[in-house]
Amino acid sequence: MAFAAFSSTAPSATAAPSTDPVARRRSPVALFLLLPGILYLVLFFLTPLVSLLLTSFQSPREFGDIGQFDYAFRWQNYVEVVTTYWPHIVRSFSYALAATFFALLISYPLAYFIGVKARKWPLLQSLMLVLVIAPFFISFLLRTLAWKQLFSDESFVVQSLKALSLLGPEAHVTGTAFSVIFGLTYNFIPFMTLPLYTTLERLDVRYLEAGNDLYASPFQVFRKITIPLSMPGIVAGTLLTFIPAAGDYINASRDFLGGTGTQMMGNVIEANFLVLQNYPSAAALSIILMTVILVIVSIYVKRSGTEELL
Amino acid sequence: MTIGAFADRGADLQLVGIEKRFPGFTAIENLNLTIPAGSFFALLGPSGCGKTTTLRLVAGLEEPTGGRILIGGADVTNQKSFQRPVNTVFQSYALFPHMTVLENVAFGLRRRKIGDPVAKAHEALLLVELDHLAHRRPQQLSGGQQQRVALARAIVNRPALLLLDEPLGALDLKLRRQMQLELKTIQEEVGLTFLHVTHDQEEAMTMADIIAVMNKGRIEQMGEPQQLYELPKTAFVANFLGQSNLFTGPVVSTTGTAIAVDVSGQKIVVPLERAHRVSGAVTIGVRPEKLTLHDVAPTYSDGRNVLGPGRVIDVSFSGVSTQYLVAVPGIGTLVVFAQNMAFGPAAHVGAEVWLSWNVNHGFGLDDDPTDAPRFEADLDTKTIAQQRRSSLITEFEEA
Ligand SMILES: Nc1ncnc2c1ncn2[C@@H]1O[C@H](COP(=O)(O)OP(=O)(O)O)[C@@H](O)[C@H]1O
Ligand SMILES: [Mg+2]
Repeated sequence: MAFAAFSSTAPSATAAPSTDPVARRRSPVALFLLLPGILYLVLFFLTPLVSLLLTSFQSPREFGDIGQFDYAFRWQNYVEVVTTYWPHIVRSFSYALAATFFALLISYPLAYFIGVKARKWPLLQSLMLVLVIAPFFISFLLRTLAWKQLFSDESFVVQSLKALSLLGPEAHVTGTAFSVIFGLTYNFIPFMTLPLYTTLERLDVRYLEAGNDLYASPFQVFRKITIPLSMPGIVAGTLLTFIPAAGDYINASRDFLGGTGTQMMGNVIEANFLVLQNYPSAAALSIILMTVILVIVSIYVKRSGTEELL
Repeated sequence: MTIGAFADRGADLQLVGIEKRFPGFTAIENLNLTIPAGSFFALLGPSGCGKTTTLRLVAGLEEPTGGRILIGGADVTNQKSFQRPVNTVFQSYALFPHMTVLENVAFGLRRRKIGDPVAKAHEALLLVELDHLAHRRPQQLSGGQQQRVALARAIVNRPALLLLDEPLGALDLKLRRQMQLELKTIQEEVGLTFLHVTHDQEEAMTMADIIAVMNKGRIEQMGEPQQLYELPKTAFVANFLGQSNLFTGPVVSTTGTAIAVDVSGQKIVVPLERAHRVSGAVTIGVRPEKLTLHDVAPTYSDGRNVLGPGRVIDVSFSGVSTQYLVAVPGIGTLVVFAQNMAFGPAAHVGAEVWLSWNVNHGFGLDDDPTDAPRFEADLDTKTIAQQRRSSLITEFEEA
């Protein structure tokens, strides 16, 4: 919308003539300084990526053992994994989307309270921030296991729910979509809250007052001013939640909060790599996961138009 | 008064016994103020005296600790800010950074669902001569341009009451004069009520129908600019609105038309109707431009006050007039503005001079002369006023 108009006019007109010669000049020092970073990327990002891509096109060795493959261009691997695992692919993204949505729903009011309402009490502000971060001091595996205990059939929670007839006598909580999404939401709330807090903490309340002065009701002020101004935090928080949640394999695992019906792509990739030793399928799934996330994220960042607010 | 339509005329504003206390600090105490509908009202006072707080109370952005606010006769004390028929030009502009200039201006119209907001926003931008920048972002404009956008964003709503918080502070002198005229024209054309806050006494005097001089959360005096200038009621007003020479002494005689005050042995007469106090110790004053310099002792008998002899200790030429500082023993230093009628100054530094002025130009203050602390604080604001004046003069000369 209006963002497009912005990007097309101002900066190009003023910035172009003056900065061009500077930008064009290649400094050997700059290249030298970039070298460690480039080396690191080549070693730890590019190499595994290329290896993964090559693996995803491998074909089984003729008369070979399980787990023995040869380099080839077997693009059918992709067709096979999509036809076999499409429910997992869909589930991954819908669970991640749901978890992102709920995490945003919980984190936004929390971050708003800490960053805006609690400004008058800096001590409360720091205390609440510590409370948000405190769970990091315990491994998330342990915390997720603890939830498994809390949601187990014999647990106080489930027993009380059954006693109140809110849950059928045969029903379970673990192994359901609910418990997996719950676990994802729970584990990623700090990743959502912190970026939201950093933008909301800088929010100038005078804009909100100006909105009020210009006949906007509190809800309209929130929708037309607070939300757009906190968009950088929303984008950062949702990305930090959505991307890892889509690839997560702990919460949905049978050992934690998941069951057979809740397996996500991460679980399938894990099983193919480590159990079935079907490396090309696992690699193909990984590439698909990565590509879909990349596409979704780039569309999202473009649509939300936060480049200039960042 | 509905929010959904333009106000066809201004509304009057009444503040009744308004009090505003912040934790540990009273910003405003017992403020009573009536602003007639359709008037251009200036609230003048030094920085920190509570002007912005007063505006915020009227706009509904701050809740009064006590008292009532009435707009057009309706009590709005408990109304939320967005329900009040009031718009503000904020001191900090507060333009929405995520919207274009045009969308900023159209914001209020859209919230009120007024037809054709874009065209009306363009009109308002034309008024402040910024329509060519309608599609820019506020942060791509200069300070003065942002201020004009803030003005357009408020005026476009045609509120019954427009609050302006030092809206011209960031503009250069030429543009400020132009905008002062524009504002005045808009106000008169539409007949809206303007409550204009400023610390610039010249701006207040040229624009306002009525000025209220505010000091430390209280209104010191209210009236038409000329009345305030000619007949200030307190030492603060006498020195904040222009400059004054003030003397303190006991009233020694009273006739049917005047009082005579003994100032260090010299008798000064003030007309009865220009004196706020007529007995006991009083403070009287006269404006510097009303004084005449004499190099021999004048022999007036009636109708003029004479002080002297004194010695000229400073002469400064400022174009239209020359300012003399004259030290009179036992009284202090007096300021004299003399028109430059002849080439060269009328007196040189070190010359012995007498001062005289028409009895009818003196005024007597209402202040309690023993009220020492008030005087000390006022000295400070006097310097502020003087500095502003001299900076304005240099600005004028550069322009
Ligand atoms: N939110 C607040 N809390 C405490 N003191 C305040 C607050 N807002 C204003 N004040 C104080 O009230 C006084 C008046 O402020 P203000 O109305 O902004 O002055 P002005 O606009 O005349 O310069 C100042 O001394 C200021 O420090
Ligand atoms: Mg102010």
